[in-house]
Amino acid sequence: MTLLEAHDLHLSFGSTPALRGADITVREGEILAVMGPSGSGKSTLLHCLAGILVPGQGEIHFDGRRVDTMSETERSSLRRDRFGFVFQFGQLVPELSAEENVALPLLLAGVRRSKALTEARAWLGRLGLDGLGARTSGELSGGQAQRVALARGLVARPRVLFADEPTGALDSLTGEQVMDLMVGSARDEGTTVVLVTHEPRVAAYADREVIVRDGKVLALTAEAVG
Amino acid sequence: MTVPLTLLGLLEREPRHGYDLKRDYDAFFGRDKPLSFGQVYSTLSRLARDGKVVISDLEAGAGPDRKRYVITDRGATEVDTWLTEPVAPEPHLQTVLFAKVTLALLLDRPAEHYLDTQRAAHMQRMRELTAVKRSGSLVDSLLADHALFHIEADLRWIDLTAARLDALAQEVRSQ
Repeated sequence: MTLLEAHDLHLSFGSTPALRGADITVREGEILAVMGPSGSGKSTLLHCLAGILVPGQGEIHFDGRRVDTMSETERSSLRRDRFGFVFQFGQLVPELSAEENVALPLLLAGVRRSKALTEARAWLGRLGLDGLGARTSGELSGGQAQRVALARGLVARPRVLFADEPTGALDSLTGEQVMDLMVGSARDEGTTVVLVTHEPRVAAYADREVIVRDGKVLALTAEAVG
Repeated sequence: MTVPLTLLGLLEREPRHGYDLKRDYDAFFGRDKPLSFGQVYSTLSRLARDGKVVISDLEAGAGPDRKRYVITDRGATEVDTWLTEPVAPEPHLQTVLFAKVTLALLLDRPAEHYLDTQRAAHMQRMRELTAVKRSGSLVDSLLADHALFHIEADLRWIDLTAARLDALAQEVRSQ
């Protein structure tokens, strides 16, 4: 079943077009890799799908609701209640402990602090971070910080996890551990994942991939072409 | 396996004498390892035996250089199938991919589509190997990693080549 889809998306930054008629369909429960060279528009596409950017033209539908015509407030609640995010850099709040960082989406959604922290501790345990809950981001390694970010992305049980180059700042082994945990947790929770990456080895964790080229989306298959 | 198909592909461009065919092959594909005349003529005679090329313009008493080889429909179909179908991804594919891309450009075929199809086949194999890694033992995982790194190297070459296709087409067609 289709959970998220976009048709004919166009978006320019000044006179530079980033999306030029992009179409994409994301099925419920799948892990979809969005690949493409630098500057192809893949991150812009993710930001549009996630309701962070509004396209200049085209439609975005999530679970039967039109996203591109929502108000900023509606998009903000959609992001908070239905979506989770993992980015490449700078996502943990440095003043907060790992535990508080993970609990943040629940606190913002109005969950009681003690309950939010209990949930956060459980997620840290699932991702192999037992005992590190009191540390701040400066006291964590890159791989640990990214696992905390992953726990934060998943703690509110989002329908879709958007991950933009989630292993971009990690070495290969640590990156693979993060991907393994991301894919395993998403499968357990039935969370749909939209994963932007330029790394084939990261994209290989997904069920399928699409390529963004010159602001358009191509779904390639290994069938012979005539 | 690639040499007969590459020679057939060059013959699809235009009928050639054996000597010219060897020169074409060496210019595009044999810079480090030119074909011997013996290999060219033995390959051509096998291709003729299998009905993939025919000889025209044979002059009485002429040596092998006076034979002009023309590709048949069967030969052209074989070239088409070879170019169109992705190669099974495995280490050390690059020479075959290089030959296919260069020939596709020489013959005005959709080289970008061939690369895209090959890319999809590579990604499919990488997904299978990643699944092995996630469910297998450490030994399985190390073996899968070895294959993954090699296939990824091919994939990077495919992406780089796709990005340079226009310039490559210009260079190849000017030769």
